[in-house]
Amino acid sequence: MELSNIVHYEFVQRAFLAGILIAAVTSILGVFLVLRRFSLIGDGLGHITFGSVAVVMLIGISPVYITIAALPLVMLSSLAILKLTQSKRIQGDAAIGVVSSIGIAAGIVLASLSYGYNLDLFSYLFGNILTVTRVELIIALGVFITVVAVVIVFYDDLLAVTFDEELAITMGIKTKRLNVMLFLLTAVSAVLAMKVAGIMLVSSMLILPPLTALQLSLSFKKTIFASVIFSLLSVIFGIMLAFLLNLPAGGTIVLINIGFLLFTFGAKKIVASPGKEK
Amino acid sequence: MPEEVIRVDDLTFCYNGTAVIRDIFLTVKRGDYLGIAGSNGSGKSTLIKNILNILRPSKGTIHLFGQPLSAFNQWHKIGYLPQRINALNYHFPGTVNEIIQLGKPQNNPADVKNVLGLMGIVHLSEKLISELSYGEQQRVMLASTLIKKPELLIFDEPTTALDPETRDTFYSLTGEMNLQGTTVVLITHDTGIIGKYARHLLYLEKKVIFSGTFKDFCVSPDMTGFFGLDSQHMICHQHDKEGNKHHGIE
Repeated sequence: MELSNIVHYEFVQRAFLAGILIAAVTSILGVFLVLRRFSLIGDGLGHITFGSVAVVMLIGISPVYITIAALPLVMLSSLAILKLTQSKRIQGDAAIGVVSSIGIAAGIVLASLSYGYNLDLFSYLFGNILTVTRVELIIALGVFITVVAVVIVFYDDLLAVTFDEELAITMGIKTKRLNVMLFLLTAVSAVLAMKVAGIMLVSSMLILPPLTALQLSLSFKKTIFASVIFSLLSVIFGIMLAFLLNLPAGGTIVLINIGFLLFTFGAKKIVASPGKEK
Repeated sequence: MPEEVIRVDDLTFCYNGTAVIRDIFLTVKRGDYLGIAGSNGSGKSTLIKNILNILRPSKGTIHLFGQPLSAFNQWHKIGYLPQRINALNYHFPGTVNEIIQLGKPQNNPADVKNVLGLMGIVHLSEKLISELSYGEQQRVMLASTLIKKPELLIFDEPTTALDPETRDTFYSLTGEMNLQGTTVVLITHDTGIIGKYARHLLYLEKKVIFSGTFKDFCVSPDMTGFFGLDSQHMICHQHDKEGNKHHGIE
C-alpha cells in the first residue's frame, strides 16, 4: 500500500498528529526527568496505567473513554510516587518500584476476574496508534500546549530545580509546586504515550530522546530542542515504516530511538577519542 | 542597633528519632562575619539547611531578616553555596553562563563578565559545567553566588577544591564584601580561616559548645577542658599561620 494514499484517511492523520504531539511532550518532560534521576517513572506510570485501565474496563466504561477514565488514577499514583520519593525511609527508585508493582499486580488480578476483556486489556500493553480517538487527540493537544506553556513560563525555575533542588529552595523557588506539576504532566503524558508505544514502552518515549540529546553536549535549551527533534523524527519515520513494512508502530518508533542513541553515542566516542590520546 | 539577619531559638532537628542538632540559640546581626566550626557530623550543614528552609526543624523557631521562616519571601537577599561533593549530575547540560545566572537570569552582562573575571573563569563561560574539573565547577558556583550581590552570604565548605591563589582571592573578596556591609556565615573545618576573617565563632558538637570571638575561644578554660590544651593550641596556631599567609582583614 502506498503511503501517499494512506495519509488521506482521517484515522491515519489523527495517528500522525497525536504521535507528533505526544512525542514532543514526552521528550520535553523527559529531559527534566532523566536529569533528576526519575527516568524510571515512565515504567512505573506505565504499569499503573495498566492497572487503571483494568479497573476502568471492569467497571464497564466504553473503550472510547478508557484513556480519560484511567487518567485520575494514574495522576493520583504519580503523586503517590512523588510523596514516596520525598520520604526519608524509601529511596526514589524503590518508591517507583513499589507503586509500579501495585499497578501491574492489580491489573493482572483484575484481568483474571473477568475473562471477557483480557484480550482488550493486553492490547494496551503494546499500544496501537491507529486507534487514537478524536477526544484523545484533543487531550494530546491540550497537554502539548500546557507543557510548552509551563516550560516557557517556569523555564528558569525548572532549570534551577533540575540543577540542584536544595539550591532552588534557597532561591525562593516553590520546588514542591514544580514537582507536583512535573509529575502530573508526566502522568497524563504516560497515559497518552500508552496509545503510541504501549504500556511496555512508555518509559522509552520519556528516556531515549533526552538521553540521545544529552550525548550532543549542548546547552540546556538546545538539549530540550534536540530531544524534541529526535522524538519527532522517530515517531514520523516509525509510523511510516510501520505502514510500509507492516510492523507494529510502537516497537518501530522505539527501535528508531535506540538507533539514534547508538549513533550519537558512537559519534561522540569517535569525536572524543583523538583528544583522549593527547 | 543592627538588624537581626538570622535568629534561631531553641532549634532541634531530629532524623529518624535521633537529634542531629539540639537546643540551638543563635543570632547573626547585619554586618557580622560568623564562622561555624565542628567535627564531621557535628550538625553544621544541618543547622544551615534548617535556617534555609531545606530541612524542617523538629522544634524551635527561625527568623530571617525579622520575618518568621514560614513567611519569609526575600530570598534574593540570600546567597548560598552548598557543600557539593560529586552531587552534580555528570550529564547536566547547562553552560557556565546558564549556571551563573540561575534564579536571576536578567543579570547585566558586564556584571557576569566581572564576576567570571574575579574567579578566573571568563574563558569557560560557554563550556558545559559537567565538562569542568571539580575546582572549576566550584569557582562557577562561587561566581553564581557572588553575582547576586546578596545581603547575606552563606558558604558551606566553599574552598575545599580550590587552589591556594583562588582561595585567597575568594576570602579577600568575601572579606571586602563583609566590610561593605554584607553579612557572612561560613562553615569550614579550617579554623585558621575563621580566626583570620570571622568576627565570631560558633563551635558545634550537635549543640553549641562555644560562641564568641576566636580570641576568647583560644583562652577559654572550657574549651581547654573540651579539646585538651594541645588541640586547642593547634587550632589557634593554625590561625597564626593563616595570619602570616594573608594580608587584610582582622
